[in-house]
Amino acid sequence: MREPTVLLDPTSERSDAMRARRQPPATLQGLTVGLLDISKGRGDKFLDRMEVLFGERGITVERFAKPTFAKKAPDELAAAIAERCDIVVEALAD
Amino acid sequence: MPLPDDGLILIVKEDCETCRMIAPIAADLAQRGLLTAIFSQDNPAFPPGLDVADDRELEVSWRLKAEIVPTLVRRQGGRETARAVGWHREEWQAVTGLNALGESLPRERPGCGSLAVAPGMAEELQVRYGQTGLVAREVAVAFPEDAFEQMFDRGWTDGLPVVPPSPARVLRMLEGTTRKPDEIVGMIPPSGEVCTVEKAAINAVMAGCRPDYFPVVLAALDAALDPDFALQGLMSTTMGAGICIIVNGPIARRIGVNSGFNALGHGFRANATIARTLQLIVINIGGAVPGGMDRSTMGHPGKFGLCFAEDESDPGWTPLAQARGVPAGASAVTVFGFCGTSINNTEKAREPEGLSRSIGQCLNGVYHPGMAGGGLGAVLVLGGEFGRIYREAGWDRGKVEAALHKATERPRNHLIADFMGEELDGDPGEPLPKFRDGDLLVVRAGSNAGLFSTIIHGWSSGPRGSQPITREVKP
Repeated sequence: MREPTVLLDPTSERSDAMRARRQPPATLQGLTVGLLDISKGRGDKFLDRMEVLFGERGITVERFAKPTFAKKAPDELAAAIAERCDIVVEALAD
Repeated sequence: MPLPDDGLILIVKEDCETCRMIAPIAADLAQRGLLTAIFSQDNPAFPPGLDVADDRELEVSWRLKAEIVPTLVRRQGGRETARAVGWHREEWQAVTGLNALGESLPRERPGCGSLAVAPGMAEELQVRYGQTGLVAREVAVAFPEDAFEQMFDRGWTDGLPVVPPSPARVLRMLEGTTRKPDEIVGMIPPSGEVCTVEKAAINAVMAGCRPDYFPVVLAALDAALDPDFALQGLMSTTMGAGICIIVNGPIARRIGVNSGFNALGHGFRANATIARTLQLIVINIGGAVPGGMDRSTMGHPGKFGLCFAEDESDPGWTPLAQARGVPAGASAVTVFGFCGTSINNTEKAREPEGLSRSIGQCLNGVYHPGMAGGGLGAVLVLGGEFGRIYREAGWDRGKVEAALHKATERPRNHLIADFMGEELDGDPGEPLPKFRDGDLLVVRAGSNAGLFSTIIHGWSSGPRGSQPITREVKP
């Protein structure tokens, strides 16, 4: 019988941590909604409309924008959103 | 038989003329009771009539670091005290303490190569008997399982078969660099997982690289991990981007990176495997799996990898790396995030001005003919006939680039409002540059027949997107 072939693992050898998704809030009343523009074309138009719709329902809104869609959000931006908002709506694509 | 700690030990192989010549000496030493052990690398019945230990597995030869046969070693308490290599009468007399040994033989004869240092064998023996220093997890594939199928099943490939990354092959790949296996090269997007030199070597083996390609792979990886290259965006974009690697300098010729016929195509191991390594690294370590973190809507054939060398045979043309600040004579790579290639058929043009205008029309199609300004990038690859036409007209790189920029200017009112936003505010007839400074790279490659050029289309370019990065290739 032949010896086993030994292969070296080409991956990072770390498996993804699966975390349960947070339950969506029962109501948005009293919460702050972050609106994140990733700087893709026309994302701002979508978020402008969302801001109006949230405003009509008396929901507090904060606006944020990534400097460019091509790169990850800066840590400070992610921290500010997490600190000031309860949920966030991200305008992903044009 | 294990390696004795004490006494006189001889290593031979029958397939060596010098070993056959000294066989009577071995018999003489054995008869006197002076020889503790004889190990044969190829035939345990040689020398005939003696008690010979079988070292066809080469363990003793490896432990004694025998590079030549015959090798005669004296050991005491597990340590070597004397050695004679090949046949040199005075050396053998000194090691054995016999002043009249071998008087009937020629004074000296060189030995033969030990099987323990045959090409590729040293790393196999290192894996079998020594400490490799490698830390990657070992996956054993037992017969009759097929290693190639296992690697497909584990998702370790780009869809084509890969070379099994055995520890010996990885050790050989690491011989190609002076960098330590545990050095961290960087965090590979999109997952942000750590890539060490060892992990890069594993993926280089799988891609099919030779060890002498590895410094180019590492330089390209260093370049691709520069934050200004925006690898995170390139590997996850819906637009479907790959990494184009352009090699300059003497290393291209030394390792055989093709710059001639079919430079952007198949058929050349260095081109194909250097490029493929980066793609395997972003798949295997970065997790850029199509439909997972790689969100390419369509992708393109270049996502298997694209690497070529610039044709530097024209002394009047400044190579790309030098134009980007690398000293003449140094080797370098330039990485460029790209979304496919297209060929320009400009065979009707015969003089430099017309040729530049003709290419310019093709370049205007990058992204969309109605777009110009920041964020657009391309590499223009000029074939050999362009070189001749520009050279005969006395045009250098600077003049060619200036003509191409002029030829790609678009009047503001030719651009499409949907794409351009506030850029359209202003004089409708004012010409706008298609490419901003530094966003159009011009290189020479391809054969000398055919007035063709190729556009390598960029992704989102410039400071807000992916910028080309050039790095010197270090050993």
